[in-house]
Amino acid sequence: MSVSGSPPAADSLAVGAWGDAAVKFGNSVGAIAGFLGILLVVFLVAGRARGRLARPLAVLVFLGPAVLLLVVGLVAPLIRTVYLSLHNADGSRFVGGENFGWAFTTDSVQKVLVNTLLWLLVAPLAATGLGLVLALLVDRMRGQSVYKSLIFMPMAISLVGASIIFKFVYEARGKDQPQIGLLSQLAHAVGWSDPPNWLLSQPLNTFLLMVVMVWVQTGFAMVVLSAAIKAIPDEVVEAARLDGATGVRLFWYVTVPMIRTTVMVVLTTVMIITLKAFDIVRTMTGGNFGTQVLANEMYSQSFGQSNDGRGGALAVLLFLAVLPLVAYNIVQLRREREVR
Amino acid sequence: MTPNPTVPSQSSRRRLVAVPALLAALALTAACSNSSGGSGDGGGAAQTLTGDCAKYQPYAGHSGTTVTMFASILSPESDNLEKSWAEFSKCTGIRISYEGSNDFESQLPVRVAGGNAPDFAIIPQPGLLAQMVKSGKVVKPPAQTVANQDKWSPVWKTYGSVDGTFYAAPMSANMKSLVWYSPKAFAAAGYEVPKTWADLMTLSDRIAKAGGPKPWCGGIASGTATGWPATDWLEEVVLGTYGGDVYDQWVGHQVKFSDQKITTAMRTVADWMLNPAWVNGGYGDVKSIATTTFQDAGAPILTGKCAMLQQASFYEAQWPKGTKVAPDGDVFAFHLPAVNPAIANPVEGGGEFLAAFSGRPEVQAVQNYLSSSDWASSRVKTASGWVSANQGVDKSLYTDPIDKLSAEALTDPSATFRFDASDMMPAAIGSGQEWKSLTAWFAEGQSIQKVAGDIDAAWPK
Repeated sequence: MSVSGSPPAADSLAVGAWGDAAVKFGNSVGAIAGFLGILLVVFLVAGRARGRLARPLAVLVFLGPAVLLLVVGLVAPLIRTVYLSLHNADGSRFVGGENFGWAFTTDSVQKVLVNTLLWLLVAPLAATGLGLVLALLVDRMRGQSVYKSLIFMPMAISLVGASIIFKFVYEARGKDQPQIGLLSQLAHAVGWSDPPNWLLSQPLNTFLLMVVMVWVQTGFAMVVLSAAIKAIPDEVVEAARLDGATGVRLFWYVTVPMIRTTVMVVLTTVMIITLKAFDIVRTMTGGNFGTQVLANEMYSQSFGQSNDGRGGALAVLLFLAVLPLVAYNIVQLRREREVR
Repeated sequence: MTPNPTVPSQSSRRRLVAVPALLAALALTAACSNSSGGSGDGGGAAQTLTGDCAKYQPYAGHSGTTVTMFASILSPESDNLEKSWAEFSKCTGIRISYEGSNDFESQLPVRVAGGNAPDFAIIPQPGLLAQMVKSGKVVKPPAQTVANQDKWSPVWKTYGSVDGTFYAAPMSANMKSLVWYSPKAFAAAGYEVPKTWADLMTLSDRIAKAGGPKPWCGGIASGTATGWPATDWLEEVVLGTYGGDVYDQWVGHQVKFSDQKITTAMRTVADWMLNPAWVNGGYGDVKSIATTTFQDAGAPILTGKCAMLQQASFYEAQWPKGTKVAPDGDVFAFHLPAVNPAIANPVEGGGEFLAAFSGRPEVQAVQNYLSSSDWASSRVKTASGWVSANQGVDKSLYTDPIDKLSAEALTDPSATFRFDASDMMPAAIGSGQEWKSLTAWFAEGQSIQKVAGDIDAAWPK
């Protein structure tokens, strides 16, 4: 194709694309360099300050940016979310507690709250319990690092990736069709000729989704708990043995009390992750078939249906639910540090 | 610095000098790079385009400018779009920087609200367009774009309008009222393409009783958009049973879902796609429709497990490579007949609209070009899988039989054309409760009354 008459235009287009990229790159590098430069100056000034000003200035310089980022990234959005939760869909009219009323009186949202509670109770307990059992079992085995790596490996997979893997596992076909899902095929292999359509069967499907979370989080629980078990002083275990404690009794009366704080930290950490679990439900069922949870419903309301009010209300509920867990987690961690 | 008895050392003094110098240099680089990033010779006089470029003369005079475009169309489809305006860009010097996202519907409102609106968005839902217009950021199109709109049938103008004001010209159209089938299998079994709804039902019954493949296959799973194909089935039946007026009133919620008209239509859908004897060929029972993705839904037609699938013209892209799509091939499609024979030629369709968030001259030039039949023809010529309802596009340009069939139906003056209802309803319904409730209808066997009541209850007040 000839573009006679306007070669300059064609040229400038090509130059434009590269030039544009170069300018953008230059700007990014410049911005980063500028930021570092400013930091350098600030630190230099703070470092050179002497006398009465020195301490407050140092506090300001080292704490200031962190506080600023917290305010911009956490406090301001929090206030804005609370504001939105008290307003209508597009934030234009104050509606008071209407959105919260909606959340607590609508059937579908009730279901969401119940599901979220189920998740909160079952998934973290299962992950921590399994992690503890595996930690105890693997601890005595030869080549434990290999097993630990294998169990820990799902942690490296994103929740979305893990969900897609399990979506294939749960894939169901009619009984006279060739099965492509692992679970259905296994059911057929053991003689169960008409297994359910896994992802459709309530309330089974909610628990099947939790399996993904447990699969991913067990490795984390195992590694942390295993470290805690290893940290129990040998003298304590030997003393207990001399007193006649063995097996289960040793586990319940010595091991568990010794690692109690670690168990609680692991449990609450997994709980917080579970409350925010959104990827699993979104990827596997999209919240359909009665599997919706709070975090995903919040996203759907805010960004799918553009109802910032309802989404905000759900976000506030989620925040209130996570808050005590975080607080408890921090207290536990601090207590543990004091013990050491 | 007097209280400090120690004198700064030689090296630290040199450092003190070096830092401001470094900063000054940085500031200088930043300033330079910014100025070179400006809009070039946008203000210069319009150059004269000759040769192949002459036809772009009306859009000239903005060389060196860039406009940004945001849409849900991803590669490879978006590559065809970019190819279709490559010559325009080359000749006029206006670069169109395209960005596609499969999270477009939720990201566009966020970007617009955040003051980071693109120059253009290709919006496939009039409901979303209305929401964007409400934000006050959509810029009205220039006069030339409005004039170009006359090449489309008048009803399209109303779909690009909000409260009677025209904002966005359609770019493409697709036809939803199609039934995919296998001409080879039909010929082998001696079935004929049905001309009326009664024929279609009789044929379905015949196929089911023959004991071979089930008559219908279907899938409504589509990630977070699960449920949309089911809304299409209901829309086809509402349009084909009552015609355009009731359909329009239904979209506006003057006719509720719990209205007897709509529940009757739902019963028709239930006799068709929720009929245990008729579905879901190749996948299982009625419930399996809820977990079968719409992309997979038609595959059993090729393996002889089911006979028909109601799905839009864009389903053509889902057939595996090497599938012959033709009236005598592996698969083809026929026009879904009207439930009520008195309704003339109902066509349900969708489309994409070009909304501008800026009134800069180069943005208007692109808007004018993309609303012209010249661009529509150029896109049709680039690759198949794109249909325009622009009357100015020569139908002989369509190389693909499905595209041609769709284009003819979409530009047929006798057709009762209506836009996808769920795309026009408020987002809380059209991409929220209706999807959820219809999915529950298939997956959990909820009653028609419950499904209709739930959707009505979610309608925003």
